[in-house]
Amino acid sequence: MSVTAESRVNAAELIEEVLKAYPEKSAKRRAKHLTVQEEGKSDCDVKSNIKSLPGVMTIRGCAYAGSKGVVWGPIKDMIHISHGPVGCGQYSWASRRNYYIGTTGIDSYGTMQFTSDFQEKDIVFGGDKKLEKIIDEIDVLFPLNKGISIQSECPIGLIGDDIEAVAKKKAKQYEGKTIVPVRCEGFRGVSQSLGHHIANDTIRDFVFDKTDPTKNAFVGTPYDVAIIGDYNIGGDAWSSRILLEEMGLRVIAQWSGDGSIAELENTPKAKLNILHCYRSMNYISRHMEEKYGIPWVEYNFFGPSKIEESLRKIASFFDDSIKEKTEQVILKYQALTNAVIAKYKPRLQGKKVMLFVGGLRPRHVIGAYEDLGMEVVGTGYEFGHNDDYQRTTHYVKDGTLIYDDVTGYEFEKFVEAIQPDLVGSGVKEKYVFQKMGVPFRQMHSWDYSGPYHGYDGFAIFARDMDMAINNPVWALTKTPWKKAA
Amino acid sequence: MAALRQIAFYGKGGIGKSTTSQNTLAALAEMGQKILIVGCDPKADSTRLILHAKAQDTVLSLAAEAGSVEDLELEDVMKVGYRDIRCVESGGPEPGVGCAGRGVITSINFLEENGAYDGADYVSYDVLGDVVCGGFAMPIRENKAQEIYIVMSGEMMAMYAANNISKGVLKYANSGGVRLGGLVCNERQTDKELELAEALAGMLGTKLIHFVPRDNIVQHAELRRMTVLEYAPESKQAEEYRQLAQKIHANAGNGTIPTPITMDQLEDLLMDFGIMKKEDESVIGKAAAVA
Repeated sequence: MSVTAESRVNAAELIEEVLKAYPEKSAKRRAKHLTVQEEGKSDCDVKSNIKSLPGVMTIRGCAYAGSKGVVWGPIKDMIHISHGPVGCGQYSWASRRNYYIGTTGIDSYGTMQFTSDFQEKDIVFGGDKKLEKIIDEIDVLFPLNKGISIQSECPIGLIGDDIEAVAKKKAKQYEGKTIVPVRCEGFRGVSQSLGHHIANDTIRDFVFDKTDPTKNAFVGTPYDVAIIGDYNIGGDAWSSRILLEEMGLRVIAQWSGDGSIAELENTPKAKLNILHCYRSMNYISRHMEEKYGIPWVEYNFFGPSKIEESLRKIASFFDDSIKEKTEQVILKYQALTNAVIAKYKPRLQGKKVMLFVGGLRPRHVIGAYEDLGMEVVGTGYEFGHNDDYQRTTHYVKDGTLIYDDVTGYEFEKFVEAIQPDLVGSGVKEKYVFQKMGVPFRQMHSWDYSGPYHGYDGFAIFARDMDMAINNPVWALTKTPWKKAA
Repeated sequence: MAALRQIAFYGKGGIGKSTTSQNTLAALAEMGQKILIVGCDPKADSTRLILHAKAQDTVLSLAAEAGSVEDLELEDVMKVGYRDIRCVESGGPEPGVGCAGRGVITSINFLEENGAYDGADYVSYDVLGDVVCGGFAMPIRENKAQEIYIVMSGEMMAMYAANNISKGVLKYANSGGVRLGGLVCNERQTDKELELAEALAGMLGTKLIHFVPRDNIVQHAELRRMTVLEYAPESKQAEEYRQLAQKIHANAGNGTIPTPITMDQLEDLLMDFGIMKKEDESVIGKAAAVA
């Protein structure tokens, strides 16, 4: 038996073992979300985007999280109202570390929290009047804001408030100001994924369709591209943008990290949309392709191998001058990349990683680990769909454990059995695994670090992974009841 | 003093719940009972015959003005009317906005917390048409109304609503202690109305507690914003309400867990009484001109 075949059998046995803990019906349902990668399959053969089982401690979020937290929240010069009771906005305050340039509270509002703070009377009598008042107050207190989005929390949908009518009325009163009602009530859909879709649709309906092209003074060039689906976590979009500009392209918009409403409005003038997080922004990319004829291309800026491949792929949409400059860019960063690999690869070679994250990362970061000689032995998506798993097959090796919407129990058992050298997941998982003595990196917002995109990001990524795995603290952990050992 | 009796009147919209309940409660007051009426309808018309007022200030409208219910005092919302009957209206939003069901929950919690029920022999909840959501089921949850009286008539939709309400009562009968006190038939002069009401009561596992005949004097009294008991205490109709009040008073602890029926069973009942023709599917969905 070959090594991979053997690990495949072992992984399949592990899945079977873990499922035994569930009641029969739950085991049957969870079994469809767990698999072992077999080479040559067109998708990972797991069910996805299905309602989580009650009681399993899913890692998922809600539609509000997908719209307010991911898609709309980073648009820095708009004010995003968390419409409903105070909690949703309060506990998502201060963003996902979507960095931005601007003066907070003056012309940018990313880390501020705006909420309608619903009280009992707002539920009983409806909150539309309160919403109108908030919009008026925003106009007085923050005169430089460029627009408002209304992010619906659950009660808004339950009591049937007409936020669309409020948005329309106020947009008229403020002479065509962009006011976007977003129906992202948390109970809609099975995860944050529907929130991304709903948010994408509102950009189409309330930004694109309401932008007056005659008033838009934007002057295009043949090299205009828009970065779609980069949330600038720890500065990711900036370390990506540098490379695109060095290639000779002009980045006319960032969606939505460090983005602005003007950038959204200008995007239909782009020559190419480059899409990083497919899951959260494929909808608007497809729309722009259909309506404005803008092609889109997926790319991956994690780790030098994928960056190089992606730069050439993006350049292929442009003329030879761009292609030549792209080769120069790749050459320029060769020395940096070599130095990073020379320093860290010997320290990280052969280390095994298990991931469980959202969006694009369950597949996209694999290349970066491999560039450092590491191996991803398990991965899964919080809220992926089938098309994400189709895009995963060529990233993962034969025998990789695949777990969709992993449960708290499954993840713990998988890690316990496989004993990887590193787990990459969210803050809720971090301390569980660290207490098990397994090094951990929080891979939603780069554990207060970053950027991880681009060549600059790769250097930081390599340092962070080394810091986690080779931290001397792990040698100091002792099990008090195992004295003699 | 006897234990507090908490009762509630439910029934199809427009069936005469508020009229029947206020007249019956007036009769109970005449018997010396201390009454508190809690109107649970956003229209806030459950107490007008007792207070001679169009509508009283509601808990929710006052709370909205003051900021929240915590800012209210019981005296602000409670009015005293005919024979010292105390009246509270929950109120609620104008049609088409907000959540009236949540309003009912808020008001009832406020009244309980502020001792509105102290010293009363009866608390009566008057609830709007149908149990459309959890909020309107609030009065039948645990530690609220123990006896439900469903006001109905011989009309099919009123019977249908009565059956639906029974389903709500059944749900809370198992989790709390609510019981179906009985049906009150408010005569509409439909065919075989008394027999039909009695038959339905039997099928629902309850009884027809009283058949209130139709009498225009009720309308005359209503135009004066009065109960019949006050407007024409010697009238035959006032006597009917007195009988109903006595029956309810004697009905303590006799409530049952209802046995709701299916739509088919309800239609069968109508067929049995010759009101609907058996299996005459040809008339279903046909306009009068066609059939």
